Amino acid sequence: MLIEQISVFLENKSGRLADVAKILEDQKINIRALTIADTTDFGILRLIVDQPKKAEKILLESGFTVRTTDVIAVEISDEPGGIVIPLKILQEANVDIEYMYAFASKSNDKAFVILKVGDYERVIEALIRQNIKILNSQEVYQTEPGH
Amino acid sequence: MKYWNPTFECMSRDEMRNVQSERLVDTVKRIYHNVPFYRDKMQKKGLEPGDIKGIEDLSKLPFTNKQDLRDTYPYGMFAVPMREVVRIHASSGTTGRKTVVGYTRRDLDTWAEIMARTLTCAQADNHSFIQIAFGYGLFTGGFGVHYGAERIGASVIPISGGNTKRQVQIMKDFGTTVIACTPSYALYLAETMEEMGIDKSELQLKTGVFGAEPWTAKVRNEIEARLGIEAFDIYGLSEVIGPGVAAECSHKSGLHIQEDHFIPEIINPQTEEVLPMGEKGELVFSCITKEGLPLLRYRTHDISTLNDDPCACGRTTVRMNKVTGRTDDMLIIRGVNVFPSQVESVLLEFGEAAPHYKMIVDRVDNLDRLEIRIEMTQAMFSDEVKRIEDLERKMKKEIESVLGINAKVKLVEPKSIERTDGKAQRVIDKRTLE
Repeated sequence: MLIEQISVFLENKSGRLADVAKILEDQKINIRALTIADTTDFGILRLIVDQPKKAEKILLESGFTVRTTDVIAVEISDEPGGIVIPLKILQEANVDIEYMYAFASKSNDKAFVILKVGDYERVIEALIRQNIKILNSQEVYQTEPGH
Repeated sequence: MKYWNPTFECMSRDEMRNVQSERLVDTVKRIYHNVPFYRDKMQKKGLEPGDIKGIEDLSKLPFTNKQDLRDTYPYGMFAVPMREVVRIHASSGTTGRKTVVGYTRRDLDTWAEIMARTLTCAQADNHSFIQIAFGYGLFTGGFGVHYGAERIGASVIPISGGNTKRQVQIMKDFGTTVIACTPSYALYLAETMEEMGIDKSELQLKTGVFGAEPWTAKVRNEIEARLGIEAFDIYGLSEVIGPGVAAECSHKSGLHIQEDHFIPEIINPQTEEVLPMGEKGELVFSCITKEGLPLLRYRTHDISTLNDDPCACGRTTVRMNKVTGRTDDMLIIRGVNVFPSQVESVLLEFGEAAPHYKMIVDRVDNLDRLEIRIEMTQAMFSDEVKRIEDLERKMKKEIESVLGINAKVKLVEPKSIERTDGKAQRVIDKRTLE
């Protein structure tokens, strides 16, 4: 149920994100989702890619500080209020969200929400109980346009 | 008053040599019998006190290094029983181990005497109001100037460092005529005055004594113009006694060394060979009147030159030129001695190996700023901003507690600190000292 997210330490200076993107492109690694948490001095680039193991290895070899973290991906409807349902469930289950980000799926009227939480067991249980679909890694990594 | 103690300050060179010889012979005897560390050092060189018959034998004696003080921490090099020590000061040292210095009653009296000479050199007297903005505490700056100011009968304002607006207000209200602080703080005072809308014409300030960090002719001109005073350089280090080792007179052609208390030498820092008068090298001092901690041939690591030509002021003591640099990696930041190894010792606590780091020292708005860039490692990294910021804060706190000064800590990407021959350059000092 958990999927792998790649986090990369970046200084806030121009061109660094492009450097990462180029390295991944050269290895034919596709970025499925991307977000940056930034402060005035540094940023943490968080990536969902189709080949996380390979991405981690190549980024480490290129001299970046990299960490692989388990996150969960939740499917929601790509429509107004789509994100409200899972958020409400998590609120009622009283779980803390460390961070989250969302991206639209090209395949249909669905979108994905990536969640980093403290207690995955409780979160997964709460979501499943309310019939929220939690995506497996294949669904997240390999979803092709039109699939 | 022109001189505080003309007997010694204006003594002929021959007489001074006699005074120094006599005092050196006596000091060597005392040290040999009271400090096992020195006795061992001398015996290893096959020396007995009787071999030192005068100043001509000085170069036979072993050198003393800061490391010797650390190895015998805290009191191992004191030459008197602790019951005779009435004061203890300390300077910052690497890995939290400070350099401890002790004074007997007579040492404090000597300190007052040489600081009285220093302040007299700077045209202060019993009519002066001396505001001492050097820190009071384990640091020797505040107390040293204080004793001298009392000795000459000035009205002493012992305000210590910090609280700059209050400093300016008191300077104005109390009619301060002499200010004592670090040169960078003097400029900061000038700036604060301008911000507060106080003009130098509203002050009674006439002169200032500045030391504890290197400064340039350009900074002197700026201090003099902005505060409307004459600025004098003072020199000292706690291991020798503190401020008062040497002082500038109004001719500003080097600092007069209080030679009847401290014998200066210039050596080649690599070969340790004594260099002739006028050549550039490392300053070395031998204390010949101190009781508590009479160090012999103490290596300062300060680079300077000596000059024994008579000075136009009438003093005959040897003068040292402004210190132009260091022979080791010690930095002086806001008057505090800082070594890169201190930062390294802190960083070692954050992983198995210390991450690469670089210290960048700059002077912004006339105040020294220290930034420490630290390369992110796999062990330190997290996908959460909060954790990295916590780590940054923790590093900053520990570095500041070891160094004793504020620092900015910035985490940078791996391999972003340039290396030469595989070795990272630890320090970049951007402060201009031309």
